[in-house]
Amino acid sequence: MTTEDIIQPENRVYGKPSLMNDTPMHYCPGCSHGVVHKLIAEVIEEMGIEEKTVGICPVGCAVFAYRYVDIDWIEASHGRAPACASAVKRLWPDHLVFTYQGDGDLACIGTGETIHALNRGENIAIIFINNAIYGMTGGQMAPTTLMGMKTATCPYGRQPDLHGFPLHVTDIASTLEGTCYVTRQAVNTVANIRKAKKAIRQAFENSVNKRGSSLVEIVSTCSSGWKMSPEKANQWMEENMFPYYPLGDLKNVNKE
Amino acid sequence: MGKMRGAIVVDIERCKGCNLCAVACPLNLIELTETVNRKGYNYARQHTVEKCIGCASCAMVCPDGCITVYRKKEE
Ligand SMILES: Cc1ncc(C[n+]2csc(CCOP(=O)(O)OP(=O)(O)O)c2C)c(N)n1
Ligand code: SF4
Ligand code: SF4
Ligand SMILES: [Mg+2]
Repeated sequence: MTTEDIIQPENRVYGKPSLMNDTPMHYCPGCSHGVVHKLIAEVIEEMGIEEKTVGICPVGCAVFAYRYVDIDWIEASHGRAPACASAVKRLWPDHLVFTYQGDGDLACIGTGETIHALNRGENIAIIFINNAIYGMTGGQMAPTTLMGMKTATCPYGRQPDLHGFPLHVTDIASTLEGTCYVTRQAVNTVANIRKAKKAIRQAFENSVNKRGSSLVEIVSTCSSGWKMSPEKANQWMEENMFPYYPLGDLKNVNKE
Repeated sequence: MGKMRGAIVVDIERCKGCNLCAVACPLNLIELTETVNRKGYNYARQHTVEKCIGCASCAMVCPDGCITVYRKKEE
């Protein structure tokens, strides 16, 4: 059997999802954003709801997400995606409505919008990319930056007396009555990518079926902001981020 | 029972040379080339084609969706 015999349409087992278009993504090499974009496109495609989906883009590296996945999108101002999503979902209750937000967007400038949308139990899904840094603007400290972690604005490492403590925003979300599903995932390995995809599917189904708010945190890397190779960034995340932001479900009210 | 044979096709102009596919391949069949694509990245290449089992690990971890995977049972 030659390679040509194998490379035939009927033998195709995996490839770029068709909702992800051919526009080259602007993300740095190895960036977690790309993997999560792919999962979102795959899940929407598998649910067959691309005509009844609205995504809300953040400000941050994912500001151009609307260029890459062929669904309807709205670009919200910084941190306001959950407020925007609340409005869309109330007007179009049968649509899948989700936001896609970084840690600076969700846990700093948009903390108020996020907590209150979740507390109101808006029937939206929030995908939260926690790379513990402001990637887009050049690697400044974020509310989720780890203790001792060096960034452009804490070059000697984050110190509690000067910078306060990392904000456990996902844990806070799990205590709110409006949330039905709160989980923390990662996309560093094949096994974790599979789990993250299931989590995104669950969150999207919750939005469509109006079960309350869902929050899917993806503990992510930012190799440029962290100044590491993508491979090293994954290792650093496993060693430093996972102990502080442990993976798994924090809340799932629909699970028997 | 026939053994599974796999093959991958890399969209080399889309590839950013992050090397995550090479790390994910359980059989270590992928490397970055010495030559670069039009964007200036050393791109991914399977150096040992015959051993591929088509598990799709490389393609799943690729952030840019550059890899298409094919799998066929050997007669
Ligand atoms: C109102 C307003 N304030 C500040 C900024 C500058 N700004 C752009 S992106 C960003 C933070 C992005 O960080 P994050 O949300 O973590 O996304 P990432 O790039 O890490 O994915 C900031 C502060 C802005 N664009 N608008
Ligand atoms: S700066 Fe960081 S978050 Fe932004 S694209 Fe690059 S690696 Fe990704
Ligand atoms: S994972 Fe994708 S972008 Fe990275 S080197 Fe492999 S094919 Fe290229
Ligand atoms: Mg960030």
